[in-house]
Amino acid sequence: MTGNQNDGRAGGGQTASGVADGQTPGKTRRPTEAEVRARIEAARRRRPRLVDDAVTLAHGAGGKSSAALVETVFVAAFGRPGPELDDAALADVGGGRVAFSTDSYVVNPIRFPGGSLGDLAVNGTVNDLAVSGAIPKWLSAAFVIEEGFPVAELRAIAADMRAAADKAGVAIITGDTKVVPRGAADGLFVTTAGIGLVPAGRELGAGKVRVGDRLLVSGSIADHGMAVMMARGHLAIEAAIETDSRAVTGMVEALLEAAPEVRWMRDPTRGGLGTLANELAKACGLGVELDDSAIPVRPMVRGACDMLGIDPLYVANEGCFVAVVPGQAAPTALAAVRAAGGGDAALIGSIVSEPAGVVVVRNAFGGARLVDMLVGDPLPRIC
Amino acid sequence: MDYVDEFRDPQDAKRLLKAVAALAERLGRTVRLMEVCGGHTHTIYRYGLERLLPESVEFVHGPGCPVCVIPMGRVDDAVHLASRPGVIFTTFGDMMRVPGTGGSLLQAQARGADIRFVYSPLDALKVARDNPDREVVFFAVGFETTAPSTAVTVARAAAFGLENFSVFCNHVTIAPPLRALLDGDDLALDGFIGPGHVATVVGARHFDFIPAEYGLPLVVTGFEPLDILQAVEMLLEQHVDGRRLVENQYARVVRPEGNRAALSLMGEVFAVRESFEWRGLGFIERSGYRLADAYARFDAEVRFDMPGVRVADPPACECGSVLKGLIKPWQCRVFGTGCTPENPIGTCMVSPEGACAAYYNFARV
Repeated sequence: MTGNQNDGRAGGGQTASGVADGQTPGKTRRPTEAEVRARIEAARRRRPRLVDDAVTLAHGAGGKSSAALVETVFVAAFGRPGPELDDAALADVGGGRVAFSTDSYVVNPIRFPGGSLGDLAVNGTVNDLAVSGAIPKWLSAAFVIEEGFPVAELRAIAADMRAAADKAGVAIITGDTKVVPRGAADGLFVTTAGIGLVPAGRELGAGKVRVGDRLLVSGSIADHGMAVMMARGHLAIEAAIETDSRAVTGMVEALLEAAPEVRWMRDPTRGGLGTLANELAKACGLGVELDDSAIPVRPMVRGACDMLGIDPLYVANEGCFVAVVPGQAAPTALAAVRAAGGGDAALIGSIVSEPAGVVVVRNAFGGARLVDMLVGDPLPRIC
Repeated sequence: MDYVDEFRDPQDAKRLLKAVAALAERLGRTVRLMEVCGGHTHTIYRYGLERLLPESVEFVHGPGCPVCVIPMGRVDDAVHLASRPGVIFTTFGDMMRVPGTGGSLLQAQARGADIRFVYSPLDALKVARDNPDREVVFFAVGFETTAPSTAVTVARAAAFGLENFSVFCNHVTIAPPLRALLDGDDLALDGFIGPGHVATVVGARHFDFIPAEYGLPLVVTGFEPLDILQAVEMLLEQHVDGRRLVENQYARVVRPEGNRAALSLMGEVFAVRESFEWRGLGFIERSGYRLADAYARFDAEVRFDMPGVRVADPPACECGSVLKGLIKPWQCRVFGTGCTPENPIGTCMVSPEGACAAYYNFARV
């Protein structure tokens, strides 16, 4: 470290010196670029802090603020179930292992191209179980309904849930219903919890990830988030973008059968592929290098993202997953996922030793950039 | 949507990089080019262009990020307006996280202020028509790029005879801050990557004063990585050939005379302020717009009592030096430690187009 005491308080010694590179001899020495990076890394290794005194929407966006909220409020209160905070927890039950997961669905609008709150509520929880290595079995569903919500719409959502559950091979076997006064909720909120069974011998975890492993994504990214954004109708853009909402169970099982040595899996929901890759890099202590031109993004989605200044890497998905597979198993793994319905599946990057703990994207003309976790909500730029 | 791919072609990029390297070698000295617009800064870092170019070609990040140049006092005014009972405050998403003295708009929203994101000022107008019993205020920021859409909105509000709509106008104009920078003697520059979107409105000719009065070349430039590489090539060629001109790399969009209809509507709806405060740059004469007297009833600053207090920038923040191109983002003493995108101190760390955010998000590799 630099031993520079001068962080935070400027002490008035920083008026423009007339030397453009800021390295004026005789004045306080400014640290080099490498020193600054080291200082930032040190700052980032500190536990996340929650500085706000009220919850803001950024705390729900799935990025850094969400992590800070979960760490400082919930992990502080409930403790940590394991080395990682996964989307599903595994528990030993009389000789076998079960996976247990829960998620709330508050999407607005309730219907959007290609899907609805109903199939999302089933697929989201099913997928959290599937990527933990479990075979999803049973779901619960709890409904918070705003007074005045049309029964016909509720019926339609329930039908969507049933259809999605049948497709995913799960049964919705318990539930709860609450109605709150007008204004106390926004139409309909649904919470599902799910239980899956983990076949004997299946072990996944970031601790198994090694340098040279490859990253596989099972389909095009950013469809869901962009479909919802379009359906909100605020944008003066019309594009035929549909959600990718679907259960990934079939693809996951095909992958695990073809390549049982899969190291780690997760689905890139809120926060997108960029946030997922950061969680992976942090959890395994190695670097993740993504190949920009290999990441599948439909042209229509890329166009809409470009127009709005949104990075597809941070847009939510609801029907794909990312798996880390050993290098030599990668071609087999890819073929298996493609054959099981992941037509756009691709190998999108590798695990590298350096820089450790971070995610880098290389583009086709040799440039590289860092991909950090999402900060706040992805919002359109203004010009 | 395929039109962008030709501006991201790797083969063309390699060809341009080679040409730039050859020109840089012929020049044999450091060339400092200021990209005025935050959109350019974003592209430069996002595609890692800085590291692909020869070391002797240096980018200096300019004052063209509209979020970055808003002083803290104006953010406080916005929070004040947004927190008034009965007000629906509408804003572009970028402004939500800019810190004011008493917190950001995002924090005001969490405390109960009715703040809504819009993607265009016309959306704010729709909010006003849908909520006739509420006062709807639009937080207008930006250069000549966004000013025309605010002008259209105000003209339309007048045509509809809307009584509950007003604009908190923070629009600024591009030439005065460039003059202020060039008139200061801190800055050694060799040319400008000119703002493509602003030039769409004001025209490429608007920048003739840069070669004429300051002897520097300027190339009006698009926002794809190849646009920027080509602009660098054109600027270096001018130096090699001893020319000093405004050239238009972004001719697929920008005309020499700009958009006359937009300019004339802006002339009708806006009046130039005597002086406007810029973050880090201080007060610059005739650099900002307010609503013209004929539209004063739509001016939030006329309609409501505003604190209008000038607030000094936080002492630790060196956004001013970054915006003037005097230091690189990472040379700021709080960069990446005290000031990060999730807890920004300065505006340059908030907007994705801010030099600090662009460097922090993309270039720490």
